[in-house]
Amino acid sequence: MSAVIDVRHLTKAFDGRKVVDDFSIRVEGGRIHGFLGPNGSGKTTTIRMLCGLLTPDAGEGTCLDFDIRTQTAEIKKHVGYMTQKFSLYEDLSISENLDFIARIYAVPRRKEVVAKTLERLGLATRSRQLAGSLSGGWKQRLALAACLLHEPKLLLLDEPTAGVDPKARRDFWENIHQLAAEGMTVLVSTHYMDEAEQCHELVYMAYGRKVVEGTAGEVVDRSGLDIWEVTGPDLPKLSRELRQLSEVEMVVPFGLTLHVSGRNHGALEKALAPFGQRSGLTVHRIKPGLEDVFISLMDKSVDNFG
Amino acid sequence: MSHRFSLARVRAVLIKEFIQVRRDRLTFAMMIGVPLLQLLLFGYAINSDPKQLPTAVVCADPGPFARSIVSALETSAYFAVTHKPASEAEGDQLLALGEVQFLVVIPAGFDRSLQRGERPNILVAADATDPSATGNALSVISTLGRQSINRELSGPLASLKTNEDPFEVRVQRRYNPEGLTSYNIVPGLMGVILTMTMIMMTALSVTREREKGTMENLLATPARPLEVMVGKIIPYVVIGYVQVGVILIAAKVLFEVPMLGSLALLAGAAGLFIVACLAVGFTFSTLAKSQLQAMQMTMFFFLPNILLSGFMFPFRGMPEWAQYVGSVFPLTHFLRIVRGILLKDNTMYEVLPHVWPILAFVLVVSGLALKRYKMTLD
Repeated sequence: MSAVIDVRHLTKAFDGRKVVDDFSIRVEGGRIHGFLGPNGSGKTTTIRMLCGLLTPDAGEGTCLDFDIRTQTAEIKKHVGYMTQKFSLYEDLSISENLDFIARIYAVPRRKEVVAKTLERLGLATRSRQLAGSLSGGWKQRLALAACLLHEPKLLLLDEPTAGVDPKARRDFWENIHQLAAEGMTVLVSTHYMDEAEQCHELVYMAYGRKVVEGTAGEVVDRSGLDIWEVTGPDLPKLSRELRQLSEVEMVVPFGLTLHVSGRNHGALEKALAPFGQRSGLTVHRIKPGLEDVFISLMDKSVDNFG
Repeated sequence: MSHRFSLARVRAVLIKEFIQVRRDRLTFAMMIGVPLLQLLLFGYAINSDPKQLPTAVVCADPGPFARSIVSALETSAYFAVTHKPASEAEGDQLLALGEVQFLVVIPAGFDRSLQRGERPNILVAADATDPSATGNALSVISTLGRQSINRELSGPLASLKTNEDPFEVRVQRRYNPEGLTSYNIVPGLMGVILTMTMIMMTALSVTREREKGTMENLLATPARPLEVMVGKIIPYVVIGYVQVGVILIAAKVLFEVPMLGSLALLAGAAGLFIVACLAVGFTFSTLAKSQLQAMQMTMFFFLPNILLSGFMFPFRGMPEWAQYVGSVFPLTHFLRIVRGILLKDNTMYEVLPHVWPILAFVLVVSGLALKRYKMTLD
């Protein structure tokens, strides 16, 4: 079977600024693909090109075996796209919104499908509430419900959990996993590392270019980062002190600790040794996490928008 | 911290406002453009004392007195003799079509009965649907005739020169004998109200989707532009007809405006006019970036419509260039249709010449709208 998404060398510029630059991606069916990268890295633009909302300046490929340039009408019929900003009608109720979307997609046995979707996403009790009066978590549930009505084969989710509380995020991901288990392919962009870790595969984008891809484990292993965790009192002062050491490449505050990394592993260990001697300070090597990797990637990628 | 009135805080708001006004180019352009437009239109185009009004003259007498009356009309400031129909019936038709503002009929045997001192009649029929267009012209016409004739009455005929007029001018204010301005204004309001609400409602309904972000969702669905356009427009067509109904009932009950012509014909013309307004609104919505801009565009379109269509000021009082501009607007033609049907009992034949310009307008503008409305976010 061919890939659900298979695009090569996508490029898109706005006002002469290359927002997406020579981007290629392949997503196999039934997988959850995480799409990561700093704000403005071109994730939304890429997703919009995949679902036919934007025409790429260069590059080609297919989405659900339809050409992303010439067959956008077909793509739209089989893709569920959840926009970053809530984009259903705030002055319609939950069930009115779903009815509208179902009619646009000409969903057969509409009433039944809407009722089932309401039930599935736990929206049934609130179906008469106006969308505008819903909290972030409920809006996101409604948006997901609207994406699922026409039984798409591919879900494109653009930062679906931004501004949503942890419980609602957990429920949301449970839904996504359930859908993937049933054969749905999902491409989801996110800034949350716990969500990235739940994806089968990750793509990291920065300044319009693909920087790294693979499973979470592969991405961490390939980074070759050496991370030391430092804890103690007055972290800001400690941070300034550490930054002055030539062996130290990066000092990143992680809650009540500092993550220190360097290029030369042996030298870093030696340079940090005196800190371990100080009273109240603990220094020890830890296994790097995804966040360490991404922060270091963000640090290294060059801002081509200047 | 002090909570008295702080100039520093005023300054902060002031600077922010200036930056925002400067960023919003369209608003800025409107603030300069609207007064300029008003200045030009009121200063150069508007004239509440129209001159050189088209006049049809039926002169059934070849004699010198009749001829001198015709030439007096031709040289006067208020009248321009544009048609010389062969019969009074033909002249009536010109009046009904709105081709001429006045019809002057000099009967056969005019000279002879004038010389006999019988005080013959001259008929002056005016299209009084717009009383303000005809008032001044009618007030000069009797003196005009008297002066021209008195010059001719010399020698043996000098005895006819009396204080009394040698002939009588019979003025007929057709379609609106009492010269009521409400007969003119109320039917006209139908066009004006439709223009205002229809354009604004459609312009806002699409820009609202863009501003709220719901457009992105709509574009990601299989819905096609024409489907969206038709679906959005139909509710407003219905609202437009409700407005037409309300105005007609008010015109009848409150203002007792006569309704001589076919209401079905009026409904058909109103339908076309509503579509024209909606097409303009839809085009604005593809150009405007925000609801505020859509409102401003509507106002900018509305202003010359009101001033140049013949709604507030006589169309024929405007200079030629302003009449050309005015002829582009569907409102100009719709006003003539409404007044024609209600007051003049116009039929399809008289209405048709005003339908084509509206139809052409609809085709051009909706073509533009469909071209501007994009299926993508590019």
